Parts: sequence; C-alpha cells; structure tokens
Amino acid sequence: MFDKDVEQVPIRKGFGEGLVVAAEADMNVVGLCADLTESTQMYLFKEKFPTRFLEIGIAEQNLAAVASGMAAMGKVPFITSYAMFSPGRNWEQIRTTIAYNYRPVKIAGSHAGVSVGPDGGTHQAIEDIAITRVMPRMVVLSPCDAIEARKAIVAAAKTTTPVYIRLARDKTPIITSDQTPFTIGKAEVYFAPKEGKAVVGIVATGALLHKALSAAQELENEGVAVKVVNLATIKPLDEQAIWTLAQETGAIVTVEEHQIAGGMGSAVAECLAQHAPVPVEFIGVRDQFGQSGTPAELIEHYGMGVSHIKAAVEKVLLRKR
Amino acid sequence: MSLTDAKVRELETKAHDIRVSIIEMLIEAKSGHTAGPLDMADIFTYLYFSGAMKYDSKRPDWLERDRLVLSNGHIAPVLYATMAHAGYFPMDKLATLRKFGSILQGHPHREWLPALETSSGPLGCGLSQAVGMAIADRMDHGAVSSKQIFCLLGDGELDEGNNWEAIMLAGKERLHNLTVVVDRNCIQIDGFTEDIMPLEPLGDKWRAFGWHVQECDGHNFLDIDRAFGEARAIFDKPSVILARTIASKGIPAFERKFEWHGKPPTTPEEIATAREALHM
Repeated sequence: MFDKDVEQVPIRKGFGEGLVVAAEADMNVVGLCADLTESTQMYLFKEKFPTRFLEIGIAEQNLAAVASGMAAMGKVPFITSYAMFSPGRNWEQIRTTIAYNYRPVKIAGSHAGVSVGPDGGTHQAIEDIAITRVMPRMVVLSPCDAIEARKAIVAAAKTTTPVYIRLARDKTPIITSDQTPFTIGKAEVYFAPKEGKAVVGIVATGALLHKALSAAQELENEGVAVKVVNLATIKPLDEQAIWTLAQETGAIVTVEEHQIAGGMGSAVAECLAQHAPVPVEFIGVRDQFGQSGTPAELIEHYGMGVSHIKAAVEKVLLRKR
Repeated sequence: MSLTDAKVRELETKAHDIRVSIIEMLIEAKSGHTAGPLDMADIFTYLYFSGAMKYDSKRPDWLERDRLVLSNGHIAPVLYATMAHAGYFPMDKLATLRKFGSILQGHPHREWLPALETSSGPLGCGLSQAVGMAIADRMDHGAVSSKQIFCLLGDGELDEGNNWEAIMLAGKERLHNLTVVVDRNCIQIDGFTEDIMPLEPLGDKWRAFGWHVQECDGHNFLDIDRAFGEARAIFDKPSVILARTIASKGIPAFERKFEWHGKPPTTPEEIATAREALHM
C-alpha cells in the first residue's frame, strides 16, 4: 500500500461500477445525470441500462426534484453531478423534496475536495459534508478508494433513506480489497501499533485516509504509536468507535479534505465533547476557498499533507500532557 | 361528454361548502392564506368530485390512483378542505389547521398526512416532482398507462427558475400523462404579478417549450371540464391549463386584492364580511 507503484484509481470510478452492480440487483434503480455522464462515470450505467437512464441537462435543481418524484413512484434514483452543484446548488430541493419528503434518493457528488485540481476553487466542493450532515435523515458516506466507493453505492441502494455519497476526482491509491468489511454506520480500524498502546487516535475519511496511514507508518518508525480509523460513514456517526478510540488513546486528530467548520472533524468533536472530552486537532481547510494547481500542490498548500498530519499528532500529544 | 346541469349545480354547491370550510379553518387558525385557496376551490372541486381524477380516499396508497402534486403549498387550506369533504379524514380535523401536533401542517407535510403525494411550500419544485412521477410511470407502463399526473402551480411561483427547468424537461420527454393547472389569479405577496415580474405572454412561453396550452375560466365548471377533457385527449405532449381565476373568489370585498394573498380574516369586521359573503 505504501509502495510508490501502488495502483491508483479515481474514487468516482467505483461509483460507476457500483451503480451497475446495484442496478443489476434491483430493477427499480434508475440513474439521472446533469450533463456529466462521462466525468461522473455514470456512462457505465447508461450504456448498460439505457431505458433506466435520464439525462436532465445542466439543471441540478430539477435533477434533485425529478428524482424525488421518481422515488415517489417506487424508483431508487441515483443522481450525480459535481458536488459543488449537487448538493451545492440544489440544497433546498434536496432538503424539501428528498429529506423532508423522506424519499430514498441517492446523491453522488463527484469532484469533492481541493484535489479536483486545475479547475480551481469554483469546482472544489469543500463544504458538502457540512451541508448534508446537517440535514435530518440524510446518511453521509465518504469512501476512501474506488473499491470502497463501489461497496458504498451497492449498500446505499439497499437503504430506504436519502444518502449522500462524496466522491473525489483524482486518482487515489487503492487501500481496500473486495474482502475489506464495509457497513454503513461502522468505522473500521485500518492501522494499529504492532505492539503496545496507541497514544493518539487518527480519524480520517475519504482519499486523505491514505495520507493518514502514511503518517501513521512514519510515526511508528519514529516511535510514536498511533491508531487510524477509517470513518467512511460520517452520518450516522459510529459513536461507539469514536469513544473507544478516545478512551484508549486520550487524544484525537481528524483528517478530511473539507472545511474544518462543520465537517467530519466537527461531527467527531460534537460526539467527544459530550461523551469523552479529549484534546482534538483538525486537519482540513481553514475557512478558505480553493484554487488552481495540481492535487499534490493543493493538498500541501492547504495543510493536509503527511507532514501536517504528523505535526498535528505531535501537537495533540503536547496538549495531552 | 360534458357535465349535466344537475352535475354542475352539485359541483357549485360543493365548491361553496369547501369555501365555507376554508374560511372556518382560517378564522380558527388566525394565520394562513386566503386568496389562493378561495380562488382554487372550483378547480379542486372539479378534480375531486367530477370524476376527473382517479382516487380512493379510503385507500390513499392505491397504486393505480392518479397523482395530484400541489406545488404552491401555501394554498393548503383548499387541499385540506377538499380532502376532508372527499373522506380522507374527519371534517373536525379541519379546525386543527396550523396547530401543534396537527395532521394539517401550515404547509403540507406528508409525514403528518400520508395521503398527500408530496410535501410542499418552498415554491418552484412541485412540477419537477410531477415530471419525475410521469417519467417513472411511463418507464413502468409505457404509453398505455392510464394514470394521470396533475400538478397545480401558482402564477407568481413561475418566477422560480426551477419551474422552467421542469417545463423544458417535460417538453423534451413529451409527457402526455402530465396535466398542469396554473392558478392565473395575477397576484403574489407584494403585488400584481405583472408589476412584480411580468409573466405575459404566458401561454406563448409554455408553447415555446413544447406544451399544449389552453386557457379556461377557473370558476366555470363547463369550461374547466372542456379544458381537462382536451388535455386528456392530447397524446404527444404535456398539457397546461392557464386557469383564469379571481383572487379570493367568493368574498367580493376581498376579491382581486393582493393584500389577501397571505393573511386570514382576523378583525371582527373582516370575519363578519367573510361570513356574510358566504352565507355562513
């Protein structure tokens, strides 16, 4: 996994493949897209199930509300666009016609995070976790690689709730395998000290999980034992796993490619402040917009690289003492 | 076949009773909208009591029913009153409008009243849902489906861009199983529609998007029946009926006044005026 030649696949590709698997299992699964079938990978579904595909045009508000109407007739609609536009532009349609109406529409937002790269800040959704997790009934998933994304889509299709699935554009190292467990609502430990007790717990979500694992490996080599949890479901939060990690380590670092305000780290902090207060450090974007650049440049610029994660671990350790 | 004279008289009586219920509800609730509910009472009466819409109030989840999507949810009193008269729930529930724990939320919420097809209130997204229903039904049953999807829109609501996205999609998809009624009462909260944001030439706009367009007198059952009959007969495109209505129809002192869009009769004089006009 830490090899330089580790296989790298865009997370959104897992969406395309997962949707085909979900559609084969359930004939009510339909796909709706807003003029982005290629880059959201919905074309895989469109090619296989042309009569269950609907092209909405560049109209994300309509995308959400039409899907709600289809769900009212028994369909399980997957809607996809860039996260900035869905659930960004169409947030109120999602709230009223999907969440308030309690319709099982699945919203896949691709191109989340600054790692969208050269397109620049307008296209980099770094507020989407905040605006979806605040919505009653919405399940929020943030897979760490293409394989987990595929599992998340298949699992989402089987639920009766609205689901938001956050997808990244850039090629991301494959961390999981077909055998890695995935259950909505369950956090999984992805890295634990070879021996002894971890002194810091890292909670990571999405593509940055790989960086968190790299940081953990380096820290272990340097004599700092940490544990890393993959929080693929941001809502409902696996509170038990978060408490357990906090009680065991006494200090937490959260890692996400999203604004710190309102994101996954906020969700973890809300839980810990109530039940197991320990020092927390947050890796994420600090109240700024993104910009053009390569994904690697942007991750470094906004303080979400391996060195930043290691520094946050050192800092939280000091606060612990 | 057009409506018989006896049927027209029966519908007129029912529409009057529904207007009485609306005013009773609003007086009791002390908040809510007056103009739209009163002016849509005839259209609602037609849909629920002429046989135009397929439903079973004792089996609201009957799969073969037609669907009615109310987009401008603020005219909920006319929907609730009509549904009570149609037997969906007891009439005495109407007095609970807008009260804590009521099945009759200030704007329709299907969680409280599951017989509703959709929750609504935020304007401009009802038609999209109706379009989604029409497309899903066609996916399942092809062109032979006997279901009709009805969607009721306010005219001021057409300021919302989301509507035009839905209008464009319905035109593209040639949804003959979709019939929209626009409540063309020419008012919205802040004033007359043509002053706030001109809609005319409204029929031409819909026509340009691929719709079959008709106008009708929204208070004349024979004309309403003619328009719905023609809409049902159109098989290559969606239909819109621009129903010319008189805001607050039935209470002459309130009629055509945009000030009555979003308030109920509250002062003793206003209440007396409303009751007198409706012979309550």
